[in-house]
Amino acid sequence: MLPQASTIAPHIDSLYNFIFWISLISFVGVVAAMVYFIIRYHRSRWDPFKTPYITGHSAMETSVSVGLFILVMVIFAWGWKDYKKIVSPPQNSLEISVLGHQWFWEFEYANGKKLTNELVVPKGRPVKLIMSSADVIHSFFVPNFRLKQDLVPGTYTTLWFQATQTGEHPVFCAEYCGTGHSKMLAKVKVVEPTEYARWEKEEKKEKGLNPAEVGKELFTKKGCNVCHTVTGQALIGPSLLGIFGKNEELADGKKIQVDENYLRESLMQPQAKLVKGFPPVMPTFQGTLTDEEVNAVIAYIKSLK
Amino acid sequence: MEHHGESQGHHKSYLEGGGIGSWLTTLDHKRIGVMYLAATMLFFAVGGIFALLVRLELLKSGPLFSPDVYNKFFTFHGAIMVFMFIIPIIPAALGNFFLPIMIGAKDVAFPRLNLASYYVFIGGALLAFLAIFFGGVDTGWTFYTPYSIRSATSVILVTMGVFVMGFSSIMTGLNFIVTIHKLRAPGMTFHRMPLFLWAIYATAIIQVLATPVIGITTLLLVMERVLGIGFFDPKLGGDPILFQHFFWFYSHPAVYIMILPGMGIVSEVITVFSRKHIFGYKAIAYSSLAIAFISFLVWGHHMFVSGQSAWANFLFSILTMLVAIPTAIKIFNWTATLYKGSIHLQTPMLYALSFIFLFTIGGLTGLFLAALSVDVSLHDTYFVVAHFHYVMMGGTVMGLLAGLHYWWPKMFGRMYPEIWGKISWAFVFLGFNVTFLPQFWLGKMGMPRRYHDYGPEFATWNMVSSVGSWLIGVGFLMMFIYFLWSLKRGEKASSNPWNGKTLEWQLSSPPTTHNFDHVPTITEGPYQYGVLR
Repeated sequence: MLPQASTIAPHIDSLYNFIFWISLISFVGVVAAMVYFIIRYHRSRWDPFKTPYITGHSAMETSVSVGLFILVMVIFAWGWKDYKKIVSPPQNSLEISVLGHQWFWEFEYANGKKLTNELVVPKGRPVKLIMSSADVIHSFFVPNFRLKQDLVPGTYTTLWFQATQTGEHPVFCAEYCGTGHSKMLAKVKVVEPTEYARWEKEEKKEKGLNPAEVGKELFTKKGCNVCHTVTGQALIGPSLLGIFGKNEELADGKKIQVDENYLRESLMQPQAKLVKGFPPVMPTFQGTLTDEEVNAVIAYIKSLK
Repeated sequence: MEHHGESQGHHKSYLEGGGIGSWLTTLDHKRIGVMYLAATMLFFAVGGIFALLVRLELLKSGPLFSPDVYNKFFTFHGAIMVFMFIIPIIPAALGNFFLPIMIGAKDVAFPRLNLASYYVFIGGALLAFLAIFFGGVDTGWTFYTPYSIRSATSVILVTMGVFVMGFSSIMTGLNFIVTIHKLRAPGMTFHRMPLFLWAIYATAIIQVLATPVIGITTLLLVMERVLGIGFFDPKLGGDPILFQHFFWFYSHPAVYIMILPGMGIVSEVITVFSRKHIFGYKAIAYSSLAIAFISFLVWGHHMFVSGQSAWANFLFSILTMLVAIPTAIKIFNWTATLYKGSIHLQTPMLYALSFIFLFTIGGLTGLFLAALSVDVSLHDTYFVVAHFHYVMMGGTVMGLLAGLHYWWPKMFGRMYPEIWGKISWAFVFLGFNVTFLPQFWLGKMGMPRRYHDYGPEFATWNMVSSVGSWLIGVGFLMMFIYFLWSLKRGEKASSNPWNGKTLEWQLSSPPTTHNFDHVPTITEGPYQYGVLR
């Protein structure tokens, strides 16, 4: 059997086992009845002039339906309870960017370290992957964690986990993506927190700019600073200080929480969700910024606290 | 196919008279049904060969074909089986033949539309097959964007084939709805209709309502590829997830287009071969409509890990769970019908019982995938592949084979050889389980779908699965041979070899062109076994 290498894995397995036993019991029940009837009432043994005229039994049908309804609602509620955990990353998660390519995985850390087809994470600490794709849809699948999430070009999806076992855990691409689909493999290398801290520090020395620093450069190079300050003062556009995670009121009165997808959309289609009180004058950066540059700008905005 | 119909005086059987030309221009629902049967069985054979090639590649780890060739194999296997075989075959072949007869009518409401639907179907199929000669297609039968926008293969030919075949499906559905409403013989109330017709009716409603959506979706896909209009590709400002919504808004209901007619056949065969009244007629009839209704509300369960909102997943998961109820009622009622029946294990019955056995596994494994947290781990793995093969092949195909053996004597006036029927059944049934049961373990261990190659941890069960596919192949080869053999050499069939109570068994085998000499008057339900007369 597969190792249970994340905090959520035992929960998912419990529900799996619950459904498995329920299914097995139902299946055995149906087949046993079927086989018994076939043997007991086989024509060689039972060939009455007329069979009994039984046309149904509403009470039995109703109780089967009601019993089953309760059962599937239990399964639903159990699945939902654990699913809510799967989609609710803790606040203190270590954030890592994932970019899927035909046919490899690229991981970028906050300190600028980039890895291909290997994701190094500390054991026992929540890790949140912020994922997108450079081309077609991929799906990040770690069987040992029991987790999977599609990577969709043009948007961010997230996946979080907390690893409980050190070692290497295979990663598969689970959404068909062409020629190299079955070779689009990677591994999650889970290490002890102390080892991770050492690894992270070492890498820091070697590297040049981290994503937030690249984003800061882009911020002036692309002229963002003409309309947006990072000091809290509003110019033509809202200030970006502390904007990440904030609830903003939009021009149409709706509220939105600023997250990666909202920032990305505001770069690509600035007029789609305007913050209230600001004119619709921002140009689109579609085609101007690469996926990695968008990530960098967002990393910079997130760093403005 | 020459034939000597039974004693209906001077009337000729529908098979007699006229050359190939009279077949190709026929307005007789029975001949059109037979032409549909021939075409869809041929497509089934082609799709089956692709399936064997897929399993051959996966027999051992390491490449046999190149990845691109393999990707085309599974795409053709899926697309042919779904669009050219499993969706059309039961309604368009067996439904066409038996629907008018079972309600006491001489034909469908719109015979010309019926023939048109056949040629539209063939036209669409040829369009799609043309792709084989223009580089094939490698997108999978789901045509997910943006891959299908960017793939260099013949996506346009295949999607346009699907577009055209969709019209055929709509025409057939519309024809059947009108026929059932307007052409029932005197006394044939809705509640006296055979359950096969309830299933065909529910299917027809889905065909008419859902198929236009796949039509427009494939059209948008082609417009995006040809004209560069951005609907689905984010590079052009589109949304790839929108495609998935459109696609599954049709393709999930289509799952029920595939399974409901099979369920209808099982209801017929179980009663006849138990010589006993069906248990819970109304529950089975209305559960078909309930399934048709719910089928429109659950498409999002194909997208639990696509990034759609958690709230959407909440709703789709809870709605999907509801499908279990009408489905379980059917299984319960079929099993209960066996109680104190006089059970005769002829080939049609073996297939109907196999349906219950295999479809129960298919249905129960659906619970795993409907539960949100478990689906996150199993989505897009071989668990899903095994699940839908247990539903589609273990369900629909077993139902089809039950119906084909059951009605073969009526359609062609000849019996199939019973002993070969049973031998072939054993190969198909065992082969099916050997092929697909291991795939549940493969999926549980994490093997993703549509993989050209795999690591050593998956080797054993893949090999078992591939060997199973050969057993299925042998079973079907036997079946093709003995069916064709029986057309000329089979023992002549009496008008009612199974002691059936529905109207088709009152006609000669094969029926005359006009089915009934006099319009029948119906005074009782279709399963009046156990009543003294």
